[in-house]
Amino acid sequence: MRRLHVQLVAVAAVVCLALAPLVLSPFSITLMNYIGIYSLVAIGLALLTGVGGIVSFGQAAFVGIAAYATAWVSALNGYSPWLGLVFGVVLTCCVAAILGVVTLRLQGHFLSLSTVAWGLAIGFLFGNVDGLGRFNGISSIPPISIGSLALATSSQIYFLIWGIVAMVLFLGYNLLDSRLGRAMRALRGGNILVESLGINAFKIKLVTFVIAAFLASLSGWLYAHMSRFISPGPFDAGMGIEYLMMSMVGGAGSLLGGVVGAAIVTLLKNSVQDYLPLIAKGASGQLEIVAFSALFILFLQWARQGIVPFVARYLPKIKRERPPPAPPLPRRPQPTPGELLLKVDGAERRFGGLVAVNNVSFEVRSGEILAVIGPNGAGKSTMFNCLTGALRVNKGEIVFAGRPITREPQSRIARGGIARTFQHVKLRPRMSLLENVMLGTYARTSTGLFAGAFRLNRREEASTRHEALMQLERVGLGDKPFELAGNLPLGNQRILEIARALAADPALLVLDEPAAGLRRQEKLRLAELLRSLRSDHLTILIVEHDMEFVMSLVDRIVVLDFGSKLCEGAPAAIRSDERVQEAYLGGVA
Amino acid sequence: MTSDIAAILAIDGIATGAVYALVAIGTVLIFTVTRVIFIPFGDIAAFTALTLAALDAKRFPGTGALVVILAGLATLIEIVSLVRAREFRLLPRALFFYLALPLAVVGLAWLTMRAEPPLAVRLVLALMLITPIAPLLDRIVFRPIADGTVLLLLTVSVALHFALVGLGLLFFGPEGVRTEPLTSFSTEFAGVLISGQTMLIVIAALVFSGLLYLFFDFTLVGKSLRATAVNRTGSRLMGIRPARAGTIAYLLGSLMAGVSGILIAPVNTVFYDSGFLIGLKAFVGAIVGGMTSYPGAAIGAVGVGILESFASFQSSALKDVIVFSLLIPILIWRSLASLHSEEEIEE
Repeated sequence: MRRLHVQLVAVAAVVCLALAPLVLSPFSITLMNYIGIYSLVAIGLALLTGVGGIVSFGQAAFVGIAAYATAWVSALNGYSPWLGLVFGVVLTCCVAAILGVVTLRLQGHFLSLSTVAWGLAIGFLFGNVDGLGRFNGISSIPPISIGSLALATSSQIYFLIWGIVAMVLFLGYNLLDSRLGRAMRALRGGNILVESLGINAFKIKLVTFVIAAFLASLSGWLYAHMSRFISPGPFDAGMGIEYLMMSMVGGAGSLLGGVVGAAIVTLLKNSVQDYLPLIAKGASGQLEIVAFSALFILFLQWARQGIVPFVARYLPKIKRERPPPAPPLPRRPQPTPGELLLKVDGAERRFGGLVAVNNVSFEVRSGEILAVIGPNGAGKSTMFNCLTGALRVNKGEIVFAGRPITREPQSRIARGGIARTFQHVKLRPRMSLLENVMLGTYARTSTGLFAGAFRLNRREEASTRHEALMQLERVGLGDKPFELAGNLPLGNQRILEIARALAADPALLVLDEPAAGLRRQEKLRLAELLRSLRSDHLTILIVEHDMEFVMSLVDRIVVLDFGSKLCEGAPAAIRSDERVQEAYLGGVA
Repeated sequence: MTSDIAAILAIDGIATGAVYALVAIGTVLIFTVTRVIFIPFGDIAAFTALTLAALDAKRFPGTGALVVILAGLATLIEIVSLVRAREFRLLPRALFFYLALPLAVVGLAWLTMRAEPPLAVRLVLALMLITPIAPLLDRIVFRPIADGTVLLLLTVSVALHFALVGLGLLFFGPEGVRTEPLTSFSTEFAGVLISGQTMLIVIAALVFSGLLYLFFDFTLVGKSLRATAVNRTGSRLMGIRPARAGTIAYLLGSLMAGVSGILIAPVNTVFYDSGFLIGLKAFVGAIVGGMTSYPGAAIGAVGVGILESFASFQSSALKDVIVFSLLIPILIWRSLASLHSEEEIEE
């Protein structure tokens, strides 16, 4: 299947949707309208929960804010619904931004719990504010008019609703395939990975969160003017869960899954309402929620992936062209060979009473490969984390390219030109090799939200793709750029991480135990690659405890033992040093 | 606000908070042992109140039917999984624990009912009927996904709560209940009237937390539960079955929730869906304790009770808004206070 085929399918779907009102009964059209309105929220959740990994139980509150805002503007104050749209969207996004700033630094389930909290608090607010009709709600909301045409019937507003859904899907998929979208897709890999790519993880989370709230506000606006009456009920905590359910049923992480999930849940609910009275007379209302929750639980137990990813497995793969050559991305000024690049001066890091790194000083000069070695527990990894900003030193100073980075956050250090790899490989297994490497170029490119969604960035995107392919070819993985990273063997995954680091155009490459867990052949290939990088004048710092691997490769070695620097020198000198032998082998007889 | 009113509000708050504390301790217990944030504990508390009210009215409570249905379902699931694993010799045991035992409890309650027992016996009956529910739900709902992420378990738990609300309406009907006070004793302390019910609530909360403390520190079963909480794999290697530890935790937790339900029933009118707010507020308390500390959870829950009491004096309509808004700063404080290791979300 080629890209053209996908476009044909999309066009066919749009045509079917456009013709649907001619065929369907008014009741079905109303049902379709609800599906469309719920889809918008579910698409937002697919982005937030599926892509970004932030589980929100509170989206119904955002729908409610926009619905009440537009009802207040149009029904209570008599202005145009379009003014209501502007007011609703701005208000919702502002509330979301404030909530996001406050809560998005929370970790894991704490974050999700906070969404339960504000979801409930805002939900209670609707029924308890005097100006908003309390539990009686607000009635006689005017319909939306386009020019002189009022969209009063369900088959009229149908086109507006599904037009917006189609537009949102189009822009959403564009966004996910852009610089910012890739950063969003990296969020699930954890903060350390995201920050190491020079991405401000908090900012990306906030943007994702506000986009999801924006989609919810569109949904709320449409809902208010379609049903012409609002009350607190449809925006309570129960509805928040239902939205989450829609996005999970459709397939978290898939935007189309949001639409499919909204359709399935809405239709299922409708048929549960139809058929339950036949099975259990008189108790249908009670059983409805039971049946519904039970189905959701069964679904989570047996098919967590969701429907769209399940179906997609059986569809033919999209054949993609190798990225064509494009003008290169700008490079950073590289330091002259031999110049002092990194200087660690008296670094000390404590964990409680344990001094993991104690008064360690060393220098890295441009163009060399330096290894930091030491037995287990010597403080290598701590030193590494201090260099890349994952940890702060308690004492001492670290200067990189003439700039102190001792107190800088990880993403700033990464942007400054230090690219790293991980001892426990951190790749995005469901993204292709090419996309994983493209993540590395984040700090070198500048496409923003709108340029990404409207594809105004074709030139930079082409350069990025080409750059990523070049780096893949440089490390020897250029033959299958569209393979998923998760399908690679460990050795190649490490090499892919190096390609990703190279795509950042670093001045210093720091590798955390790159040989750990590799087979002999893989180690040889890795050493070969690192040598070729040195001949390109790249500076490399390796933290490693595989002596054999290090000895044949590096220019200089710094040996750590029990947190302190033992000695420093050329491999041959280190090999014959008695103190090193004692540290590794426990003394020489 | 005069100091008199403040004192009354404070005492009222402490009593409500003590009820939340019992549920909160149960929530922490379940979370540490199974990693499930068991939102439906509030429902268990509400169901206990409804069960007691039915017993008081000489009706056999819907809880009986609920237990029978859940026991049937759990037995079916257990048998299927045992047969699939070809563990036939475990079948009698499964039948005993998942079918015979719950049915025996319901049968016993039914027989005792006919003798029109005194209040004390009715209390025991209500607790007996309520305790099998959570362990059975654990078998049906959570055991198949015991290794899932905390978030998956949380999502399932929230869905389960909604199922229980529906079942509550089905088995107990829409009427609210208020049971007769357990005691008519009251005393005056520093010019403020304190009812016996309030004192009973606080005493019960103290006694049950104390018992739990003794259980965890001085019995082998308690220690095995703590071991499971610290490290599932490690405790499995020591011969502790996490599933069994989970069942015990659910039993204990529902006992505490049941007691809180009995205590709150004479003070507040309880409906089939009252449990959600009880559960969530208890849960706010549990978060104050970082979901791991029992004294922290108890203190947090009492704090929530006092806050709610003062908030409802200021604005009864907005008291829930105030309580839940407060959760956010608490969460931020907890998140900053606990140093997380990097948590990855796997797809």
